[in-house]
Amino acid sequence: MKRELKENIIRNFFFFLASLSIFCLVGIAVVLIKEGLPILEEVTLGEFIFGEIWSPIFEPPAFGIFPIIIGGLAVVFGALTIAVPFGVAAAIYISEVAHPKEKEIVKPTVEVLATIPSIVYGFFGLVFMAPLVRDTFDIPVGLNVFTASIVLGIMAIPIIASISEDAIASIPNSIKEASYALGAGRWETIIGVIIPTAVGGISTAVILGFGRVIGETMTVALVAGGAAIIPTSIFDPVRPMTATIAAEMGEAAIGSPHYFALFGIASILFGITLTTNIIADILLHRFRRKLTGES
Amino acid sequence: MKARKIKELISFTILRLATVAVLLALFIILHFITSEGIRVINWEFLTEGPRDMARAGGIFPAILGTFYTVVGTMAIVLPLGVGASIYLTEYATQGRVIRALRVGINNLAGVPSVVFGLFGFTVFVVFFGFGASILSICLTMAVLTLPIIIRSSEEALKAIPQSFREASLALGATKWQTIYKVVLPHAFSGISTGSILGASNAAGETAPILFVGATFFMLHLPDSIFDETMLLSFHIYALLTEGIFPHYQIPIAYGTALVLITLILSVNLVAIVIRNRIRKKKKW
Repeated sequence: MKRELKENIIRNFFFFLASLSIFCLVGIAVVLIKEGLPILEEVTLGEFIFGEIWSPIFEPPAFGIFPIIIGGLAVVFGALTIAVPFGVAAAIYISEVAHPKEKEIVKPTVEVLATIPSIVYGFFGLVFMAPLVRDTFDIPVGLNVFTASIVLGIMAIPIIASISEDAIASIPNSIKEASYALGAGRWETIIGVIIPTAVGGISTAVILGFGRVIGETMTVALVAGGAAIIPTSIFDPVRPMTATIAAEMGEAAIGSPHYFALFGIASILFGITLTTNIIADILLHRFRRKLTGES
Repeated sequence: MKARKIKELISFTILRLATVAVLLALFIILHFITSEGIRVINWEFLTEGPRDMARAGGIFPAILGTFYTVVGTMAIVLPLGVGASIYLTEYATQGRVIRALRVGINNLAGVPSVVFGLFGFTVFVVFFGFGASILSICLTMAVLTLPIIIRSSEEALKAIPQSFREASLALGATKWQTIYKVVLPHAFSGISTGSILGASNAAGETAPILFVGATFFMLHLPDSIFDETMLLSFHIYALLTEGIFPHYQIPIAYGTALVLITLILSVNLVAIVIRNRIRKKKKW
């Protein structure tokens, strides 16, 4: 009896530790909403999200974050335009084309890209990529949507590549063998069988990549240019949500409208990443079920 | 037949070129940091503090700060993360509860890093009153790395054959005795390599620590966990955005970046080598 009691206590203790992640997640949501909600005493929700002027420290202040949201999305879509084709191509190459010896070198090397800290990418973008873009396109400043997209795109490649590769690897061999048995070549099998089967997993990769890129902070804080305007060209500077928080949190007094507005931005950002993660989770489950159902 | 072969060759070449381009990007970034960074690194740079408002001198306090952060974070997160993974692999049975736990872990892993910074500021710095301090940094980083540690130690626990557990239970051991005496000792090396990788990620994070205790310039080394600290990652950011002498600051930023990625990459390499060696040795 005593032994059982002890076992039960231990079991419950581990259960408590396992549920800490949920507590933290809920805690984050509560903090963001509690500190972000008071901004709605200054402006309406519509004015906050769709207002076109962000000037929190001028008198009278304006708390419109529309340029910040649009600027952030512009950089994210730019980054994915680079990361998705390269990431998926690298995944296909590593899993289906490369010689096993070659794979042993290429795969960990691509993973090294993921271990480089974002501040180093930002530094690289600021000191190397921005002057390059400025001189190549003959524009006055190299810190803009285009440069930020390239640097963020490179950062996102290993994420897209590794999830896509998992998706391709999880396709049962029998499906590929059936294709070969029907006389298809390697490339025909890739384009006709492997990619269509893995598309669920690859779309999960894209969605997770979206969530990761929109939350990226240091790179855009250094490279995106920092102007809270709605971009009309890819060479316009922008100030994404994360960059706004990183740059302004230090100067916003606790309890001021500016402080609440920054938490309001963080709440929206949190909402976006939570939604994308849940969608990705559902898609991944569906993909796995489809695979086991078919094989 | 020939047209098919040519088509395949062209397609494979395109795929290979795309992959080579990715590797080339990595090479360019590493080369960019290394070639400039190596010029400023010398003994003084690694062992002395900054001088003249970080216009000259070294980065020793930042190296030390990053070391404290990584050690402190791991001391907090390891017991929590390993405990959580024990529940998930040893106790939990498939069902709604475990599904909910997994959704929580996956979503915590997806929270943007700057949001952890706001959370850490509100909860640890202000609410608990730890102030901008090493303690607040470590607690914030612990929340951020928790999902990483849970996942990697889960993998290590899952790698242990079920027969080991069954043998122990058949000898009359309880579940906890089995975990404590059989599962954990065998999983030890796997858990430690996983956590080394988690720790090296923690060393590079910048956004979460911006508001919870990182500082640009310190005249003395921190002497308690309630002190602010310099950090390698934050030092790069501060050198690029604060101060008014970019001409002096940017070379130091190169040197700091080189030290940071050298630390991270070498720690990663060691962990991977250890992991491969274990995999070869242990064939059960």
